[in-house]
This record gives sequence, structure tokens and C-alpha cells, in this order.
Amino acid sequence: MVSLSSLPGAGKRDIVALEGVTKRFPGIVANDSIDLSIRPGEVHVLLGENGAGKSTLIGMLSGLLQPDEGRILVDGKPTQITSPRHALALGIGTVFQHMMLVPALTVAENLLLGGPWWQRPRTEELEARVAEITRSLGITVKLHAKVSELSLGEQQQVEILRAMVRNSRLLILDESTSMLTPKGIDELGALMRRLVEQGLAIVFITHKLKEAAAFGDRISVLKLGRKVGEIPPGRFRALGEQEIVSEIVELMFGKQKDDPEAVECPIRTVCVEAAPLLQVADLTVAPTDNAPGLSSISFDIRPGEILGIAGIDGNGQKQLAEALAGQRVATRGSVRLEGTAIEMLSVGERRQRGLRYLTDDRLGEGTVGTFPVSINFFLKQVGAAPFWRNGFEQRAEIDKRAAQLVREYDVRTPSLKTPVARLSGGNIQKVLLARELAEGAKVVIFNKPTYGLDLANTLASRQRIRDTAARGHAVLLISTDLEELLSMCDRIAVIANGALVGTVENVDDARTKVGRLMIGLAA
Amino acid sequence: MSINTPTVNATALDATSAAAARRDILHRLLMTLGPILAALVIAGCILLAVGVDPLAYYGYVLEKGLFSPLGIQQTLTRMAPLLFLAAGLIVAFRAGMWNLGGDGQFLLGAVTAAASAPVFVQLMPAWLALICSFLIAAVVAMIWSLVPALLRAYQGVNEIITTLMMTFLGTSLANVLVKLVFRDPGTTVPQTRTLPVEDRLPRLFDTTITSGLLLGLAAIIIVHLVMTRTAFGLKLRIVGANPRAAIHAGLGVPGLTIAVFAISAGLAGLAGAVDIIGVQGNVRADWNPAYGLAVIPAVFLARMNGFAAIGFVFLLSVLSIGGESAARRLGVPNHFTLVLISIVLIVLALAEYVDHRYNQSRKA
Repeated sequence: MVSLSSLPGAGKRDIVALEGVTKRFPGIVANDSIDLSIRPGEVHVLLGENGAGKSTLIGMLSGLLQPDEGRILVDGKPTQITSPRHALALGIGTVFQHMMLVPALTVAENLLLGGPWWQRPRTEELEARVAEITRSLGITVKLHAKVSELSLGEQQQVEILRAMVRNSRLLILDESTSMLTPKGIDELGALMRRLVEQGLAIVFITHKLKEAAAFGDRISVLKLGRKVGEIPPGRFRALGEQEIVSEIVELMFGKQKDDPEAVECPIRTVCVEAAPLLQVADLTVAPTDNAPGLSSISFDIRPGEILGIAGIDGNGQKQLAEALAGQRVATRGSVRLEGTAIEMLSVGERRQRGLRYLTDDRLGEGTVGTFPVSINFFLKQVGAAPFWRNGFEQRAEIDKRAAQLVREYDVRTPSLKTPVARLSGGNIQKVLLARELAEGAKVVIFNKPTYGLDLANTLASRQRIRDTAARGHAVLLISTDLEELLSMCDRIAVIANGALVGTVENVDDARTKVGRLMIGLAA
Repeated sequence: MSINTPTVNATALDATSAAAARRDILHRLLMTLGPILAALVIAGCILLAVGVDPLAYYGYVLEKGLFSPLGIQQTLTRMAPLLFLAAGLIVAFRAGMWNLGGDGQFLLGAVTAAASAPVFVQLMPAWLALICSFLIAAVVAMIWSLVPALLRAYQGVNEIITTLMMTFLGTSLANVLVKLVFRDPGTTVPQTRTLPVEDRLPRLFDTTITSGLLLGLAAIIIVHLVMTRTAFGLKLRIVGANPRAAIHAGLGVPGLTIAVFAISAGLAGLAGAVDIIGVQGNVRADWNPAYGLAVIPAVFLARMNGFAAIGFVFLLSVLSIGGESAARRLGVPNHFTLVLISIVLIVLALAEYVDHRYNQSRKA
């Protein structure tokens, strides 16, 4: 183990380096040949939206996951990090997004957890060690307080302390600021600075641009599993905070030159005079413990129009979709479909009237993974003729129609009886598309319809969405991929903290306007 | 795996999947019977260790439970309430709700039937009286499940805890009812009035087998068909397999939850009624056969399949009837049957685990 004091001299050698690391999950490439170098004395910011592959990367560094391709070098030697215990032994400590302390135990007891079970806990040794660390970092930690009595910021300090007590050389902070107050965030920033001054390496994961610019030495930007850019320390210091932010925005949302997804937006004519198909006024949802609410959302969508909802993930997009579909209770506001109020109707009644919601959580709520493909086509029509008569399943009718849908929507499945979870992400999405679009749709809500899909399926899904609008339906397209919105929408509204902060016509300078709205500036 | 192979002809692929299905069934059979044999061997070792000849024990079990005319009749009679309980558990487990309160619901159903049947037979024709007793036994058991059902449906309270707590209350309440309310004044032992033998469920042909067996078989087969072939059953299975998908699909999850508890408890109440009206004739105080808990492993072994459950309930009956006799003759405690069943379960779980690991490593 390298002692802390000798590290600053070690200079520029990587503690940990990733070379072409790829990790796949069923249907999704979570990390696509990522290179990363983590050096002592640096705060390396990993920036990216939810689903960009940050958590997967952390999982591999902390020994929870194994890469499918590529390798991880620790101190220049290729190393397989086989378990969290192994990661700790290598000096890689992780502070996860959600607190991993035992609330009923004291701080000291928490710090002693994980020691050899056959030894008595070495309390005195710990106290001396903690005193040494806290003195050098300028923090105070109440060793004998119960964790449940500490504030979230204090708990986080305990977690960092725990990593230090175990001689970590690399500290990974996963979305550590998400639960802190602004003051707590500043304190964490200062603490990180002192830690790197002592020669530690820090990987700081966030999706907040301001924090990245304020606390980082080096920034890597992840987007849909790929690393799309890096700002090294040299450039970082040369640029002002505002320039860094705009450079990151360019990296995160900007157009890539060789992007095969870029299709010129075909000019569609939306009849301006037509009465709106969907009218939402003043829609409000109360926030819950782990999800933001919605405040007074209003918009209209005309027949044949695609309205995009842009924004950083987790700003109320899902709540909006669920409130419209009837899955989430709205405290106020009205939703009108073809002029009729539907806000009091149930999920099923809204669907009956032509409102369709294509969820982004395909396996979590969109399908029943263990059920066959054929049944999953009709999950939202259970009991309806002709597939059920007098409550009895008509297997022949179901199979006939399912086979039709499989053909029409090009679902690649070994058979109709195959459990839907065994299909790839793209094919599961086709099942959902078939279910929602096949008949009777008038207004369709697409929530991140291409998330996690490969290129071919992405393009196919987008074509389905365009076709839907072309048939005169109203489309609400929720996406975190600005490129996607720019290539498909007529108008783009930006959501932040559960409110629509602005709506932009999708014309020439829409990219910049939406980008500015997304990071909290006026368009 | 052939996930990405284009589907050219769905029927051709279905043909190959039929062969795969046969292999699957064979594999299932092996994975079920293999562990049972292994468990019998392990239990045999335990018997050896306590100085009992396992072959003699198993021999007595089979002789009494299966091969003697009287024994097989007892076995089949015992199946009647067990089948009703299994049917109730299949509904609940398939819907992902762990109704472990079967014993309380069973006893309350039993006491209700025992209290009402002798009164009803004096008021109306016997067949109508029995139907009425069955019905109110089911209703009382349903009411008993209402507290866990409402808590689960609207507050998300874990039903494993609440149904278990309600089962303790239910058995105590059943006792209190026997001792204080429905006590037969004509006897010194605390028990309910006895239903005359001629008013009970008829026996089958010239045997002592109760016709409740047929009712039980009907119940479990109907439940199986409802769960696998109807829209209602599919809704329950969706709730069980993925509750979030159920909400997404617009199913009324709270209402379905209450329905599941009502059906499950109602069937448990019918189990109590069929045992009383068909076999026992009365309920003695402190009577609690604990069938509800004994049936749970059988339903699990059957993977909640109705037809397989019939087989396992039969096995359970053989074991419990034969086990009682073998225990008496060889001086083994009566509870050894339970030891045997639990060994079967543990071995089965281990086999499942090993099989799963094997599949995982083969995929990787």
C-alpha cells in the first residue's frame, strides 16, 4: 500500500486506467469501449445524463461488474477487480449514491464493519487513525453519535472517512451531491480539494454542469455509453467557468460530425388552424420522496404535430407521462382529448379513447418478462373481444393477431411463445410499439423511445413515430437526446424541476435556444 | 441463443418449440422426482441414526397409506380439505400474494360449518342445508381475510406478516367460539353439536371415501382453468408477475388484491367446511390439524400448477396417513412426516439452485 504522504511525488502515473472497456447488458450496450485515466492529485469528473453509463463504469471499478471487453489497469498492471472487497484491497473506495451506513449503529461501529470477524474491534486504533485523518482534512466527525442522528452531509463525510480509514488511494463519489444542500455541496467541494492535495485521486460523478466546472480538474463526458469528449487539466485551467460550461454543453448536446443518426428534419405541414387534439392546462402533481412533482404544466398538441419535451433526465418527464396516462394522480389541472376532459378517467378509459403511453421502462412496467410475446401484445386489452370471449381466452385469435403484429412490426422472436424478456431491447420496443400503435391511437406519448437501442432499431423507432404523426395523430415525444428531438419535432418544450421553462419552434437556432434553456439560462 | 434470427415462418418455429417443450417437461419431472428420492435417502439415514429401520418405516407408510384398502380410503378422504386449501393457495401465490393465514381461515370455516349445519338440517332439506353451511363458512373466512387484504391493497402492508398474525387470532377465536358460543350442552367435552352421519356428505359407493374428494378435485381443477384460461386469471397473474406492469396496463390492482384474498380465504373456509360436513361432524375445542401450513410445500413443489398439486396433495396424504401408522408401530415421533417433507423441500431448493447455476454457466 502506498502511504498517502509519498503520493504527490508520484506525479502523473495513472493509479487506474481503463482501456477500451465495454460492458453489455441484454439489449443495451452500457459502456462502449471507454478509455479513462485516473491520476493522483486530480478530481476527475465523469459527466453524463442518467443512462449515459456512469453507474456501470463505477460498478466495474468497484468490483461489482466485470467488463465484457477491454481491460482495467491498476498501477499499470492489468487487473481483474473481482469483488468489492478486492477493490478495497487495491485502494479503490466508493461512496455510492445512496448511503450505505447502518443507521442504528454509531459512526465508530460503522467504520469498524468489515473487519475480520475473529478479532475484537480495534476501537482505540480506529480513534487514533480517525483523529489523524480528520485533523489533516479539517473536518470533525462525532465517532460515538448514531448514524441516524447525522445530517446527510455528515453521513457522507463518514462514508468518505470510511474509505480513507481503509487506505483508499482512489475515491469514487457517485452522484454525491444529489442529496446535499447547497452549503453541503460547497463543503464537499472543499473537502475534495483537500483530499486531492494529499495525493488522492477522486472520480466525481455528476450530471450537474456547474459542479463539474467548479470542482473538477479533468472532465470526461459520457453520452449513451460512449465517451464523447474529455477536457484535460491544462485546458481546464485555461478556460473560465462559463467557457467550460459551454464546451460541455457542446459535448453533451452538440452535433457530432459523423453522426449517422442525423437526418434532416423533413418539412411536415401541421395545419395551424386545426383544433388541438390534446390540451393540457395547469397540470400539477405533488412531489414524492424520490420523485419531483409537476408544477402547472400547460401545452397543446395539434393533429400531426410532434411536440418534444427536452430536459436533463429526472426533471419530471416520467411524472408528466404518467399523469397524462392516468397512472399518477394529478392534484390540479385539466387534460382534454379532442375537447373532452379525461383527467378524471382511469388508465383503461383513457386508452379506450385513444391516448397511448409508450413507457421507457420496457421490462419494468411495459411488459411481463416471463409471459410469452403473444400475451404481451394484449396486456392492456385483457378481457376484450375478440381475444377473450365471456372471459375465456381465445388462444387461436390471440396467436393469429400476434403473428400479424410480429410480421407488421418486424419483431424478431424465435416464436410467439418465447418469454418477452428473452428478446433484445429493440425487439421488446417493437412489441410495445405494436401494442400502442396498432389500432385506435389518437394521441401517443413516447417516453425515451430510443433509449438503449442500437442504431438500426433507433432509426426504425423514429420512423414509426414520424409515421404516427403523419397519420394525423398528436405525438408527445419525451427524450433526453436533443439530437433526436431536433430531428423529429415541430416544437420543443424544455422541462426543468417539473415545470416547462420554455417552448421553442424547431427552426434554425433551436439547438442553441434549447441548450440554453436546459442549463437554466433564458432562451 | 437465437434471439436475433429473423422469424420467417412462425409455424415452423412453433414445431421446434414443441420439441423443446417436451424436453422442458422431462427436465421438470427429473428436477422434481430426483430431489424427492434424494430426500427419502437422507431421511432414511436419519431414521438409521435413531435406530429405526428406514425400509420398515417406508414399508409401513406405503402399506398403511397406499396399499391397504382402509388406508387408501383414509388417504383419499384426507385429500378433500387439502385440495381446497391447495386451490386457495394457488390463486394467492400465482397472484403474488402470500396468504399464509390458511389455518385460521380453515378453522373459522370449520367452526361456522359445524355450528350452522346441525341447525340448518332441521329447517330445510339436507342438500340445501349443506350448501348454505358451505356458503357461510366461505363468507366467514373471507371476512377474516379482509383486514390483511385491505392493508395490502391500500397501504402496501406485507401480507405475510398480517395473515400469519390473523391466523393466530383466528385459531384462538375458533376455540373461543367452540367453548363459549357453540358448545354442545349435551356433552361434557367442549365441542360443537355433532352433525348426524346420515346428514353428512354422502360417501362414495361402498367405501368410506367422502364425496368431498370430488368437490375438492373440482375446486382445484376449476381454479387451475380460471388461472390459465380466463381474462380474470390472466389479470391476477399479471399482478403477481409484475405489479408495475399491472398498474401500467390499467388494471385495478387494489380491487384484484381484495378479490384474491377473498377467493383464497373462501376456499380455505370451504376446506374447513368439507372436513366437518364430510368427515368429522363436529369441532372439538383445541382441534387444529394445521393442514394449511402442510399444504404450502405441496403447492410449491407443484409450482402452483393445479394438476401437479393434485399429485402432491395425494403424496402428502399418503405420507401423513401412513406416517401416523408407521410412527405408532416403530416408535418414531408422529412429526417425522414433517421432517421428511422439509427435507424434500430443502433438497428441492438446492437442486433448483444448482440447476440455475448450471444454466447460467452454460449461457456464459
